[in-house]
Parts: sequence; C-alpha cells; structure tokens
Amino acid sequence: MKFYRSHILIGIDDASLAAGVKEIEALLRNELQKNNLSDEINILETGTLGHFGTGVSMLVYPEQVTYVNLKKEDIFEIVEEHFLKGRPLQRLILDRSLTQNYDFNYKRRIVLSNSGVIDPENIDEYLGAGGYEAWEKALTTMKPNELVDEVKASGLKGRGGAGFPAGLKWSFTAPIVADQKYVVVNADEGEPGTFKDRLIMEGDPHKLLEGVMLCAYAIGASKAYIYIRGEYKLCIHRLEIAIAAAREYGILGNNIFGSGFDLDIFIKVGAGAYVCGEETALIESMEGNRGTPRSKPPFPGVAGAWQKPTVVNNVETLANIPAIIKNGAKWFAAHGVDGSTGTKVYTIMGDVNLPGLCEVDMGTSLRTIIQQYAGGMIEGRTFKAALVGGAAGVFLNDTLLDVHMDYNSLREYAAVLGSGAILVMSDTVDMVDMLWSVLRFFRHESCGKCNPCSKGTALLFKLIDGIRKGKGKDSDLEQLIKVSNGMQKTSFCALGQSPCMPIASAINNFRQDFLTRINVK
Amino acid sequence: MKTLEELRKIREKAQGEMKLRESDYRYKVVVGMGTSGIAMGAREVMKAILEEVSQRGIKNVLVTQTGEKGLSSLEPVIDVIEEGRPVITYGNMDVAKARKMVAEHIVNGKVINEYVVSTTN
Amino acid sequence: MYEEIFEKYTPEKENLIYILHEIQDAHPQHYISEEAVAKVAEYLRIGLSHIYGVLTFYTMFSTKPRGKNIIRLCESPPCFLKGSENILRQLRDLLQVKTGETTADGIFTLELCACLGVCGNAPVMMINEDVYGDLTEEKVENIINSYKGGEK
Repeated sequence: MKFYRSHILIGIDDASLAAGVKEIEALLRNELQKNNLSDEINILETGTLGHFGTGVSMLVYPEQVTYVNLKKEDIFEIVEEHFLKGRPLQRLILDRSLTQNYDFNYKRRIVLSNSGVIDPENIDEYLGAGGYEAWEKALTTMKPNELVDEVKASGLKGRGGAGFPAGLKWSFTAPIVADQKYVVVNADEGEPGTFKDRLIMEGDPHKLLEGVMLCAYAIGASKAYIYIRGEYKLCIHRLEIAIAAAREYGILGNNIFGSGFDLDIFIKVGAGAYVCGEETALIESMEGNRGTPRSKPPFPGVAGAWQKPTVVNNVETLANIPAIIKNGAKWFAAHGVDGSTGTKVYTIMGDVNLPGLCEVDMGTSLRTIIQQYAGGMIEGRTFKAALVGGAAGVFLNDTLLDVHMDYNSLREYAAVLGSGAILVMSDTVDMVDMLWSVLRFFRHESCGKCNPCSKGTALLFKLIDGIRKGKGKDSDLEQLIKVSNGMQKTSFCALGQSPCMPIASAINNFRQDFLTRINVK
Repeated sequence: MKTLEELRKIREKAQGEMKLRESDYRYKVVVGMGTSGIAMGAREVMKAILEEVSQRGIKNVLVTQTGEKGLSSLEPVIDVIEEGRPVITYGNMDVAKARKMVAEHIVNGKVINEYVVSTTN
Repeated sequence: MYEEIFEKYTPEKENLIYILHEIQDAHPQHYISEEAVAKVAEYLRIGLSHIYGVLTFYTMFSTKPRGKNIIRLCESPPCFLKGSENILRQLRDLLQVKTGETTADGIFTLELCACLGVCGNAPVMMINEDVYGDLTEEKVENIINSYKGGEK
C-alpha cells in the first residue's frame, strides 16, 4: 500500500457542485502535480462534509483542518502555504463554533418549544401546536386538587430564582376558603442578564396564559394578573393580543367549556424598579403603591393582593405547567436530574461567539452550555469567569466548568442557579470592574425601605469604587465581605441579602485581581 | 365563543397549514420578530420581503412572523420552510440580503449558502 | 387630554401607574407636571403625597420636562462588559450633555437604565419605544443622526 503524508477529502454535494467543486478539484490536482506533491498527497472525493452553507469545502488529514468557501484563487495559496510550507491557512479554516449546525434543541424544549416557530399573534397556530389541550383536559376530566398533586409530583421548582417547589406553593393556597383568590404572574424580569421570560411572552404568549389558567383552576382563583415591567413593550403588546383572542374563543370568560369555571386575566404594567421582582413589593406596585416589600408572614399565599390568598409564580414556572398537565408528572420528571426535574432556560452572554439563549435539561454543565449552545469563547480568548444567576449570582472560576448545573450540585459549591443568566468573562476582564458594575446596580436599585440595604449598598459601592480608583486598602476586602454578610442577616428582603454572594465569590475566586488594584499604584 | 368541537377543527386546520400540506403555498417565510430581532432591523427586513414578494407578483409564498429562537447575535433571523425539506435558517439578514433571498431561494429555489446559519429537520 | 385618559380607567388606586404612564407618554416633554398630579389626585381621590411617592420611586417617571426623544442606555453588568461606558462617553460628546440632562435644542434626554433584557446584543439602548443593539460608536452616531434629521 502506498503511503501518503496527507489525505484531502473533498465534499461533493448539491451545494458544492453548484459552487464549482469539480473545477476546483481539477485545479488542486494540477497544482499538486506541478509542485511534485502528487505522490505524497492523496485526494479523495467524499459525500457532504456536513458544513452547510460553506460552499466548496475540504478536510485535510492528519491535521484535521477544514477549509471552507473555497474559490479557485485560494488553491494556489493553500498549496503554497499548507502543503509546501506546512502552515495551514487560517483565513479559510472553518470556524467550527460558528458554522456547525446550530443546535436549537427543539426536541428537548418544553417552555420554548414554540418560540421561534409559531406566530405569537395568531392563536390558531398555538392551537395547531397542541396548545390549550391541557386546559381542555383539566376542565373536562380533572379536579383542581388533581392538578396540584400532578404539579407536586413533577418536582417542578420555581424558576424565578429562589427555587421553591411550585406544587407545594399551590397546595398552601388551594384549600383556603375565600370570596376571592388571585394568580399573579411575576413578569418583572429585571435580574441583569436575564431575558428568558421576555422570550416566552414575546414568542409564545398563549403558553403563559395556559399555565396561568391551569394554576387558577387548581387553586380556585377567578382573576389573574400578569405584572410586566414597563420596558417590555413588545411583551405587553403580544399578551394583550393573546388575552383578547382567548376571550373571543371562550377559552377565558364565564363558564369556560361548560365547566362552570370562570376566569379572566389582566395585565399590570410596572414602571422601572428591580425590587418589584420581590413578590410582596410586586403586589404593592400592582395595587398602585411604591413598590416596597411587605413583612412576611403573612405570606401572599394567605394574604397577598388586596389581602386575598394569592399565588405568585414566575413566567417560566407557569410556562412548564401545560406540558406537565398534558403529558403527566412522570414525563416531566424524566427530564433533568434528581431534585431538579425538567429543563432550564439559560441566557448566555458576554465573551462568547453566539450569545443568546438555550433550553436544556437540568444538570447540564457550564462547559457544555458554553461550547455547544453559545459557540464557545470568542477567538483567541480563554475562559476566566462566569457570573451565574444575574447580579445576585455567583462569580465562578474555571474549576467549576464541569459542575452539573442543578439546584443540589450548585449548592455544594455555595453557588446558585438563580434566574439562569450566564455572563461569561474572558481573561481580559478585571473582576474589580465587574464587581464594581454589580455593586453600582444594587446601590441604584435599593428601595430605601430598610437601613441595612439602603446604607449598606451605598457603603459597598464606595468601597469597591475606592479600590477601582486605586485608593483601596487590603482591609477593604474583608470590609466588603463583613458588610455584605451583615446585610444578608439583617435586610428586610432578598435585595439586601443578595450582594454577599457576588462579593464573596469574586473576592475568594479572584483575589489576585483585587490585590493587584490595591497594591499596584 | 367557540365550542370544544370548533376548537378541535381550528387546531386541525392550523396543523395542516403550518406544515403547508393543506395550502396553496410552496414556501413559508418566517421572520423572527422578537425584541432582539427588531433591535437588529427585523422590521425593515420584513418590509423588504413583503415588497419584493408583491413586486414580483409571487403567489406561492406565505410570509409570517415568530418570536426569538435564542440566537440573539445572529438576528435578524429568517426561516424558509418547504414541505418535505429541512428548514433553512438564515442569519444576520439585512434588507439587501432579504431581497436577494427572495430572488434566489423563493423564485429560483436556490439556497444561499453564505447566509445559512442552521438547517433543521 | 386628562379626561380622555381617565375615561379608560375606573377611579381606583390600582390604576395609578397606568394613568401616569399614559399622561407622561402623551406629554410632548415626557413628564408629569404639577397640574397633572393634581388632576390625577382629584380623579382617584388620593393624596398628592401618595402620587409623588409613586412618581419618584419608579425610574420610568419624570417630574421634570424632558426632550422629545428619551435615550436610555443600559448600564447593567452584561452591557458594561461589552463596553457601555464607551457608548456613554460618546453619547455625552455627541449630544453635549451629562447623564440625566436634555440637549439645548430639546431633542434628546440622555438617561441610564437597568437591564433591558436584550443582553445577547449588548451594549443596548432604547430610544423612546425602540431598542437598538450591538452598539458601536459608528452605529450610535448614525442612529442619533437619523433622529436629528427627523426621520424618526
């Protein structure tokens, strides 16, 4: 058998034929011959190389380099540089992270199964995609407590950040006898880096409505409110259209499908306040007040909106409900891992090639998410840190890239899943700057109700600002941790309790960045 | 007000139309019109496609909208759907590319490889 | 103007934020005047102090006159990472204003805001109801010019 030092595989398919692969192949053979390389390099025709949209492409072994979008004039350069001088031609090499078929992962999507597929302003398309089948099933064949049990059995946890079991939350409110109960949807998505709820509301508003309906039926509420932040204009618009269509079809209204159950859904719009993501602050805002949190107990489940029993759920949580009711708790629990069932929607941004969003099973590692769904790191940069869970999240370093992202696994590393935002930072980013940005956010968003938070967030920002300006002391780091820990113990709501996680993780995992700023003047 | 029976009929009809089986359309062009898409120019892209389709008098194409798939950085994104073939997803579209897409793909049936970011079965 | 807006809402406190949004959007200078607050207080039968409390709590409301177009640049960590500080510097230079100020010709007000949820296209800004993403200095200049030229 003849020994070749290199093999070139040329992809032959409709697309490459149309792009003139045969001529290019002939030219390549000719050029190799001219340079006396024909005996060393073997050319093989093969089927499609599978790089769709890349014109004429060829794969070179043993280097395993794929050249794409080849033109005739490129051949001279490739032969000269690669086959004579042994230097693969970077200019034409396939950027794998960008052109490999992007994996939309539709088959495993639950809450975003329709987003990017159906027309969100056309209720018929939602019906065509199997929409409102769960609603019909519930109203015609199930009792309210069966819904609560099904959701409990599914293991679904709240997707807003805290991760409280959804079925359990419902079970507190369902048995209470009251003249009025409410479902309130927390659509005040304000955690920096989080836009999963926006995609659900913009891309598949009826799925949220169906989730709200099922929740309302389960707990016995005849009115539901969706509280949306004022900046989400398109969500408000599409939900208004969706609610009107559902009313017209009799999916909402009185005596729905002859079941005797009445329900209507209304939209409430916020006006720009992060703290309104806290459920009692949200209720205050809905009632027309300043959005400051209430003391708990009583919890909203007992005395919420207008002091009536109220279930407050996040958008993503409710968008899971139709699939759970339609397919059953077992089907749902087959997704994800023990203790964290179902899928999770992650928003990925920062120094990655394809910032955006993915929905994957709970327990998928950070590495997989970055590599497979975000196109990997930007060319020439290496991973340094990821802020997982938004501003109230945790700065992870590269030792945690392979940790399974689910509630229990992350807890072992004092990390949280939070809202599912993943901000990826490369080696060029200084953690002092990032923590400064995070603490500036908290200083701005503190609502002023309690002292630990309003004074604390201002003090934290002053400390980090000093360090950033080169006026810091070593003791400032301990001070940051001490103050934020104090706030965690004494603040009235989750906002003041939040800064301790990003602060501790940034300082512990990236202490050198801080010491450099402090000591190098 | 619709009865459950009427809803079932709407559902079946919509299913047929979405797969282009029970329709007169050969192609369905779906423009991603979420906030990211619109921020990157999806409204102008949609307008260009509608203009091109009407100027050329093309009858076998249905132009519609959808939300975001999750590929923010490749917006505006367009899907071209044809019965029995993989869905072609074009990314980073603009007005000129959208017009070219109508001319090449819808009129001549040729996929423009450079603009493709994904194909889905 | 007030009567038209009030007609759409029952006189209940829960409608306060909606009404304030509508009044502000309808005003050419995008703010809520003392007169407006008095009218709303009368219609909803609630105290002026309550309305001012709400007005000053939420960042989307203004009690001072603003420009014809409100620019709201996101300053949250994802946009910060992607260079929002440079965009802010450039907007200040282009418009010759500081953050929170209105241009002398009354065409623009420059504001900062928290995450707009379009982080996949950071840095991001919103002008009135339109969002602009993947901002570069060149792009910002073109966008500002399109508003100046009265195209928008």
